[in-house]
Amino acid sequence: MSAVATDTGAATATFGKDLLGLKDLSAVAVTALLDTAEGFLEVGTRSVKKVPALRGRTVVNLFYEPSTRTRTSFELAAKRLSADVLNITVNASSVVKGEGLIDTARNIEAMNVDTVVIRHAAAGAPQLLAENLQSHVINAGDGAHEHPTQGLLDLFTMRRALGRVKGLTVVIVGDIAHSRVARSGLIGLTKLGAHVRLVGPPTMIPMGIERLAETPGSVRVGHDLDAALAGADVLMPLRLQLERQGAPLFPGKREYALRYGIDQRRLSLAPGAIVMHPGPINRGVEIAHDVADGERSVILGQVTHGVAVRMAVLYHYSGGQGELA
Amino acid sequence: MSDGMDNPVVTILGGHLVDPAAGVDAPADLRIENGRIARVTAPGALPREGQVIDAAGRHVLPGLIDTHAHLREPGHEHKGTVADAAFQAAMGGITCLFAMPNTDPVCDSRAVCEMVINRARQTGAVRVLPVGAMTRGMENRVLSEMGELAACGCPALADAWAPIESSQMFRRALEYARGVGLPVITVPQDLGLSADGVMHEGDVATRLGLAGIPAASEEISVARAIALAELAGCRLHIAPITTAGSVRLVADARRRGLDVSAGTAPHYLHLTDAALIGYATAAKVYPPLRPRTDLEALRAAVADGTVSVLSSCHAPHADYEKAVEFSLAPFGMAGLSTALSLTLLLVKEGVLPLSSAVARWTHGPREVFALADAGTLAEGSPADLTIVDLSSTWEITPRAVAGHGLSTPWLGQTLPGRVCQTLLGGKIVHDSQRSTAVPPHHPEDAVHHA
Repeated sequence: MSAVATDTGAATATFGKDLLGLKDLSAVAVTALLDTAEGFLEVGTRSVKKVPALRGRTVVNLFYEPSTRTRTSFELAAKRLSADVLNITVNASSVVKGEGLIDTARNIEAMNVDTVVIRHAAAGAPQLLAENLQSHVINAGDGAHEHPTQGLLDLFTMRRALGRVKGLTVVIVGDIAHSRVARSGLIGLTKLGAHVRLVGPPTMIPMGIERLAETPGSVRVGHDLDAALAGADVLMPLRLQLERQGAPLFPGKREYALRYGIDQRRLSLAPGAIVMHPGPINRGVEIAHDVADGERSVILGQVTHGVAVRMAVLYHYSGGQGELA
Repeated sequence: MSDGMDNPVVTILGGHLVDPAAGVDAPADLRIENGRIARVTAPGALPREGQVIDAAGRHVLPGLIDTHAHLREPGHEHKGTVADAAFQAAMGGITCLFAMPNTDPVCDSRAVCEMVINRARQTGAVRVLPVGAMTRGMENRVLSEMGELAACGCPALADAWAPIESSQMFRRALEYARGVGLPVITVPQDLGLSADGVMHEGDVATRLGLAGIPAASEEISVARAIALAELAGCRLHIAPITTAGSVRLVADARRRGLDVSAGTAPHYLHLTDAALIGYATAAKVYPPLRPRTDLEALRAAVADGTVSVLSSCHAPHADYEKAVEFSLAPFGMAGLSTALSLTLLLVKEGVLPLSSAVARWTHGPREVFALADAGTLAEGSPADLTIVDLSSTWEITPRAVAGHGLSTPWLGQTLPGRVCQTLLGGKIVHDSQRSTAVPPHHPEDAVHHA
């Protein structure tokens, strides 16, 4: 199916009803999802970008947080699998006053929906949904907990660019404390045998984060970015949430860019490393303009891969069968 | 009315009496007359007279004093009522209950105090002592009318869930409370540091992606409260404390001879923050559940008496309020019916002897709050007592928490120490044999059928 070797051999992967986080997946299942995505990647390059794998199924994108990229990616993925897609965006400010999550979800399910893709500001919201619905639930990002499809597309991108995940050294820079991308990233990476260095000011490093590693000792924390760059294979600056400026996590954009921005000088400290970013990027803050657009950037590739990875996730978690591609 | 209500004499035979306030831990028979303890004797010395309760193989304890419960009435009746609380208290062997003032309206006036006391009297199942608010409306701008609150029978004043952020205001409240002769109960928390936290800040919060409340939030507040109580000369009860650091601060204050005491709740002695894995809102409480090291320090402090009072911190919610996203769920769990069993579980696990465990619910609060009429079964005391079978177990059903099943992490679990009977003023207000009983605020149910 793909020319890329898998990290874990040919053991059979099993998938549960829901995808709530990479924490719950075996390394074999992660690899199987990446392998399926390899097959789906080609579909996006055809003139007719559609396969019938989920024909007749209904997928609902239930988004409680504004999101363009992830919602669009899931929507395209479902459509390319021939599923019917419904997008529901709930205004976050109405959450407290309005209908509760369980009631909303049950109403959706009463319309015979197969899969609910949920994005929510509250960590654990997808689990609450999963416990109360027969439908499959896919987590599209919950608070600072997990963003499993982002974690998968990052692994997929590394595997394609560097040929493997095992043994890579990945530097994740920024507000780890508030980042679901960092959590799913470090769980997925350490599950497949990579080493992770988390870098940021102490205000942005949550207590005990290194103990989230799937393999003890595979995650290290540091505050000096230059020192963390030697031998790195992947640099992944996180989006700086500018609204947290003076919150008081960091003094301001300028100081942040000086200490933690990825620019050409820092890039030269990690020769051979690729640059990734979960988007949307703040040019000139966490990543320099010419780095974002530079030849070592695979940022747009991540977006392309995101659709293929989400096709794989929808396929495995919506009871898809038959023709894959 | 039936025989039990009309007969003023009750004889309890064959039980093992544990009454730390009276220094008793031995087999004993008891005779009750007109709602009070008339005689406590060696086994076999009393005639079988009046209503006879066979307590063979069971333990007879003074009714428990619970110094921290949220009865929710008035204002939040969908979470619970005084009658619900009375039912659960009787089931859990509690006969004296402090009602926290954060109701709506707040308990800062004679009107609300008397309303709560009267509701409890109507149930006939538990004595309720309303705790007054330290400031009017708990808004922390004007002192409450503490003198009148004392005259109404308030045993203490409290800042529950609305900490007084101004140290000057807190100082004045403590000083004024000293003048009216009431101790102050403070729930330690630094609002600025707790911020938007929803659980203990540590490995589990990091894994769940939830905002944390550091132990320091509690400890800063404990340290400030001790310093201000020393300045004001006021008797201070800090509860619940939940961290090893708070234990050290309280131990130091007590060593220095300050009039400071501390309490905690059974759930902090059994559950760690790991209980929240899976986003279990039933175990979302404030202060939050802590890691194992804090739990161990707290257990040691309860055993050695640094923490001299246990209380339920009963704070129930409607199921639909708990069945939401974790960060949106309210803090608090039900605790009245499970308090004694969870304390007996500590005894079973070897944390402390039975007499000390009972003392934390009887002698301890009796001393701290100078309660003349509760916490002992010495001759002349009100016949408020509970009879427990330590060898039996019981299952926690939704009924045990007045239907609020999502307000207890022990739902469906089995705990040791079934309460066989609870007596209030010599009348049986709970009897485990009557498993189909309706809550005791129905008068016909407050009667024992031998």
